[in-house]
Amino acid sequence: MPKRTDIEKILIIGAGPIIIGQACEFDYSGTQACKALKEEGYHVILVNSNPATIMTDTDFAHRTYVEPVTPEIVAQIIEKEKPDALLPTMGGQTGLNTALTVAEMGVLAEHNVEMIGANANTIHKAEDRQQFNEAMERIGLQVAPSGYAESVEQAWEIVKKTGFPSIIRPSFTLGGSGGGIAYSEADFERMVNWALSASPTHRILIEKSLLGWKEYELEVMRDIKDNVVIVCSIENFDPMGIHTGDSITVAPAQTLTDKEYQIMRNAAIDIIREIGVETGGSNIQFSINPRNGEMVVIEMNPRVSRSSALASKATGFPIAKIAAKLAVGYTLDEIRNDITQVTPVSFEPTLDYCVVKIPRFTFEKFFKTPPLLTTQMKSVGEVMSIGRTFKEALQKSLRSLEIGISGLEENFKSGGELLHESESDLNRLREMLKLPHWDRLWHIAAGLRRGLSVEEIHKITAVDPWFLFNIKEIIDFEKEIIQTGSLDKLSDADLRKAKQMGYSDQFLARLLNCKETEVNSRRQSVGIIPVFKRVDTCGAEFEAHTPYLYSTYEEECESNPSDKKKIMILGGGPNRIGQGIEFDYCCVHASFALREEGFETIMVNCNPETVSTDYDTSDRLYFEPLTYEDVLHIVQKEKPDGVIVQFGGQTPLRLAIALERAGVPIIGTKPDDIDRAEDRKRFKEVLEKLDIRQPQNGTATSLEEARTIAREIGYPVMVRPSYVLGGRAMEIVYNQDRLDLYMDFAVNASPEHPVLIDDFLDNATELDVDAISDGHQVVIGGVMEHIEEAGVHSGDSACSLPPFTIPLAITDEIKEQTRKLARELNVIGLLNIQFAVRDGEIFVLEVNPRASRTIPFVSKAIGIPLAKLAAKVMAGNTLDTLGFTEEREITHIAVKESVFPFIKFSDVDILLGPEMKSTGEVMGLDTSFGRAFAKSQIATGIKLPPKGTVFISVKEGDKSAAGKIGKSLAELGYQLMATQGTGDYLRDLGLEVAHINKVKEGSPHIVETLEAGKVDFMINTTFGEQAVKDSFSMRRASLTQNLPYCTTIPGAFALVDALHSLKTSSLSLSPLQEYWKNEIQTA
Amino acid sequence: MEGILALADGKTFRGTLFGAIGEAEGEVVFNTSMSGYQEVLTDPSYCGQMVVMTYPLIGNYGVNPEDFESDRPYLSAFIIKELSGIPSSWRSRETLDEFLKKHNVVGFQGIDTRALTRHIRDQGAQQAIISHDLSNPKSLIERAEKSPSMEGKDLVQQVTCKEPYEWNEGDWDLHTGYSQISHNGHKESFFVVAYDFGIKRNILRRLTQTGCKVKVVPATTPASAVLEMKPDGVFLSNGPGDPAAVSYAIQNVRDLVGKVPIFGICLGHQILNLALGGKTYKLRFGHHGGNQPVMDLDRRKVEITSQNHGFAVDDKTGNDDVEITCINLNDQTVEGIRHKKHPVSSVQYHPEASPGPQDSSYLFQEFVNLMKGNR
Repeated sequence: MPKRTDIEKILIIGAGPIIIGQACEFDYSGTQACKALKEEGYHVILVNSNPATIMTDTDFAHRTYVEPVTPEIVAQIIEKEKPDALLPTMGGQTGLNTALTVAEMGVLAEHNVEMIGANANTIHKAEDRQQFNEAMERIGLQVAPSGYAESVEQAWEIVKKTGFPSIIRPSFTLGGSGGGIAYSEADFERMVNWALSASPTHRILIEKSLLGWKEYELEVMRDIKDNVVIVCSIENFDPMGIHTGDSITVAPAQTLTDKEYQIMRNAAIDIIREIGVETGGSNIQFSINPRNGEMVVIEMNPRVSRSSALASKATGFPIAKIAAKLAVGYTLDEIRNDITQVTPVSFEPTLDYCVVKIPRFTFEKFFKTPPLLTTQMKSVGEVMSIGRTFKEALQKSLRSLEIGISGLEENFKSGGELLHESESDLNRLREMLKLPHWDRLWHIAAGLRRGLSVEEIHKITAVDPWFLFNIKEIIDFEKEIIQTGSLDKLSDADLRKAKQMGYSDQFLARLLNCKETEVNSRRQSVGIIPVFKRVDTCGAEFEAHTPYLYSTYEEECESNPSDKKKIMILGGGPNRIGQGIEFDYCCVHASFALREEGFETIMVNCNPETVSTDYDTSDRLYFEPLTYEDVLHIVQKEKPDGVIVQFGGQTPLRLAIALERAGVPIIGTKPDDIDRAEDRKRFKEVLEKLDIRQPQNGTATSLEEARTIAREIGYPVMVRPSYVLGGRAMEIVYNQDRLDLYMDFAVNASPEHPVLIDDFLDNATELDVDAISDGHQVVIGGVMEHIEEAGVHSGDSACSLPPFTIPLAITDEIKEQTRKLARELNVIGLLNIQFAVRDGEIFVLEVNPRASRTIPFVSKAIGIPLAKLAAKVMAGNTLDTLGFTEEREITHIAVKESVFPFIKFSDVDILLGPEMKSTGEVMGLDTSFGRAFAKSQIATGIKLPPKGTVFISVKEGDKSAAGKIGKSLAELGYQLMATQGTGDYLRDLGLEVAHINKVKEGSPHIVETLEAGKVDFMINTTFGEQAVKDSFSMRRASLTQNLPYCTTIPGAFALVDALHSLKTSSLSLSPLQEYWKNEIQTA
Repeated sequence: MEGILALADGKTFRGTLFGAIGEAEGEVVFNTSMSGYQEVLTDPSYCGQMVVMTYPLIGNYGVNPEDFESDRPYLSAFIIKELSGIPSSWRSRETLDEFLKKHNVVGFQGIDTRALTRHIRDQGAQQAIISHDLSNPKSLIERAEKSPSMEGKDLVQQVTCKEPYEWNEGDWDLHTGYSQISHNGHKESFFVVAYDFGIKRNILRRLTQTGCKVKVVPATTPASAVLEMKPDGVFLSNGPGDPAAVSYAIQNVRDLVGKVPIFGICLGHQILNLALGGKTYKLRFGHHGGNQPVMDLDRRKVEITSQNHGFAVDDKTGNDDVEITCINLNDQTVEGIRHKKHPVSSVQYHPEASPGPQDSSYLFQEFVNLMKGNR
């Protein structure tokens, strides 16, 4: 069927900020959808509050609203734009829920907007457990015994029948938020309460646990003529009980006979038909009893998902792109397979390799939460790797994780949990294996090393013996390698075998006590080098025209590099806190820009969620780990004219010096100059030369040194290990006792791993500057003023572009210092500097001669694609020729706000500090600071209450500020509530303040009041360990109640400003294209 | 034990032997199914062929007593990337290695199966030798060259049953296994005589399950003998080799057309077309896998089909009464035909699946409907 001509304008809802459970896979999907629909000639309207997305680049939609993804805002956009259709399936659960609410508000009917892909009925049928279970019954499929509860009493009734352990799932939440497994009656009530509050509909499902069963997923697509195909089957390494986003998963399914697989395939087809997804993709999860093959349907997502992104990358079948085309009426047989170019997409991809996905966790940042996996997702990113065997793919993905390990290594220190050192400690190991720790893979390996059998580990963990046996083969071979004793004695055949099993050079070097480079040269000398094979959807049945490649140790290489001028871009690897979508955004821009410049572009990355790993983004894609070894192999094959390391965050930057030494042509700022900015001593020299100030600082390699330095500088000091990302283990230390504890507990300082100590600039204001330099000319991209004071990590702080309190003279001086530093460091490309300003004095905190987290935000705020320009500069252009010679002054305000994952981590405080905790960001754009800030807050998912009660409790030093805040709030009509100290202070100012007890003062106290829903938002600042501890439960309660909260005074001021502007004016919505209407696009 | 694969065009691959250790000779074809190796192994259509599985990890779920498509493997060798160290399945009773040993089939692993597949794709399916004797690859290549090609080969005689037999087994169920269905004395059931050119059991199971009382007869059974049995319909099965070489079957089918409803699958489809005046030709590397898109030209719908054939029917049917009912969307080859005047039809693909998708399973019901209409 040809595409529909009765619709013209299509609205796509994006997923908003990156949060746990909803990461950049929805930018990948949404970008594909926008591109596909635009290509088909539709007028595309997009709403997404996340500035770090490719989809919100103005090239991808006709009208790009970087506005909050809420039903109210989307409704306003619909009124304004009058689209013919709404595509709700591209923006994850957020997109789906928002679309559903907009439909329920009657907005779609009123404006005659059709939901395409999946309609409201379908979404309800798939998402509402009761409806879904009934639907499954109708088509003769089994679901886990369960029941719905809207109260604790009902939950108890149900669990009597279903038994323990019991799975608790709130309706309509994302990434299993609020859900969990109750193992006993003791946990049950607490978890039910939590789940009820997490569900927007206050409904939860109590379900029989299928612990120990196996888990599978199928990706299904259907078109308007009811043609259905299965794109990919996925088998989880982890048994039921672990959220699929947190599971290690493998494609295709490994242990199903064809008869069993066809039962599942038929079920999937029946389900997509019964639920009524008319066009597009769905993800369906199944569980199988490994003892008798009994199959149960777990759930269905009637939209593109994290799994569909993974399946797309695993197969080469672009699900989102095709889903978008199906939504406008095409059928599967009418769409051509990009890779073969001759066959239609109405087929089922076949793989001739094995794909392994491993999630990336950051429990170390939330160390109060036990590092255990449950039905609620906790991972912040993932890696995927491709190998010809499971063993190869597994080890490739382990080294892709970038957690300091190069494979299934022994003695991997997983957060100090288990050091695997004691050979005799088998029982401890057995205990560890009983619970699903995030690093269970290494525990399994440790068990196998110490002689636990596959059968026993299977019994304890319920991991399929097939996976365990493959791991055993790796471990058994490790023993053989160790026994050879040295690299010289390892035979060529064994070396080759090791490489085929995925052993990295680094891992082998550690086993054989030699250097990684020695393993590498030995291999090169005997010709043991990898070949590159293509991902082609068809198992080589047809020729592949798309160079989507992976390395493996086989005979035939299909890389077939060209002799064009080419540039290779190293990506950012797995998302983690501190390094996320922003860097992928920059890498994608580099690729686009260099293509425009006539280069062939080559992307290297291992993150399946990203746009950069779309085979469409670059001319050639290598889906490979970002390690020295793996990158070097690609360089040797491709012989690029240039390699870009400054866009993918720390990941490629770490490799820069080693790669350069190996003769790799790194373009842009030289690795040595990058080192001058990153190395403490060398950086000091730079600053002294330029006469630029930095906070007093020193480098300590021992406790003694640390004490001396801290004393000289004077407390408080900021301490951190060198070379860390996202402020890992960074702390503000107020006295020597705490310093001792830090040095002892948090870090093991040594000459190789020194600890950096800085003067902490109390109450200073921080600023970020992004600039671009071609080696001669330096142009400022933007100066951002942080809203939270110094001490809050820049990645967690909200910020405003342009600055809103800093005087012009100071920003001018900051810009001048930026230019000086850029010139001194010979920056070619991007440069980010963090400054602190206190009492009119400027300090440089750090200089990053590379793409920063804020590049996408600044680019969208000023309407100039900085990353693209930087890539062109690195390829030899001057800023003059590119026409970017002056900073762009803007007349509007852009506010960036961060989004935090605290709700996913029990027992974790929401206070901000020098260690970064946020997973994503949103942007608020408007013509006043208050409105822009308000939008940024709304975009994070917070409801700003137009009236109600504000609870205020501040530390001593913040009292006078609290007075001003209290006054403003009272004037805006809010009631105030406070505990004794703050309350008295406010009353003295003549304010009316209700009293409430602190928790320790007894009932009725603040936590009870919060939980009873009697507070509408909270302002709480605190200082000192005991005070922080005492007020913790209060902050946690505001979090679980989803209340707006401020934990800093500047944040509270900004919020008051926002509330004020909401009272006095209404938010105006404008697409980016309007903001730039009268500006000339530079590139 | 090390082994070598030598192709007629001179290409060789070094790997490791498993299963039965020895030499094997046959045409190398690749199969792209990711599951169902046990069904592939026991499909008689692979007689005279060595099958290379494009999915690299094979043997993962072992071998069970149920997933047989015939009494034993008929292929001459089985080529894979990596043999699983253990089987993991509640149904498994033996390892793939043990199974091949027991049935004296040579297994070959550890080679770049993707390189071999690409070679076959570009150079065509061809004769090859697998040997444990690594000393003289040249002589192996020469032997492969001299080995007669598929064209002109009647392999049906090697796989067809010696005596007629009745079939009572129906569909498989996860919990109860295969059902036994007796259609004796049932008025509603249809009596089908199935020509065994190398028939897959799942065809018989599907027929039985769909209400047919099935009698399987040897490939050489004369048409007159079949007609004497007074069947409601005649089924023409899949099988190995060149359809044009099975001249006796072509003649028998010619004699049956117009006298009884006929349904054919795969080789049966090719034989039917030859009988109706069409032509067949050898494809470069054939279709072997479970992901082939077929367009039903009546309903304009796509089915994902299981396929296993090296020959195809020419789209010039040579008979105005024959119409093409479906085509392969990958290469536009003929996938099914129907006689305009007689209740006669056939498909190139495998609606019985096993292994592969079951989208086309309804065709057995259509055959029954055809017989019903003819009563």
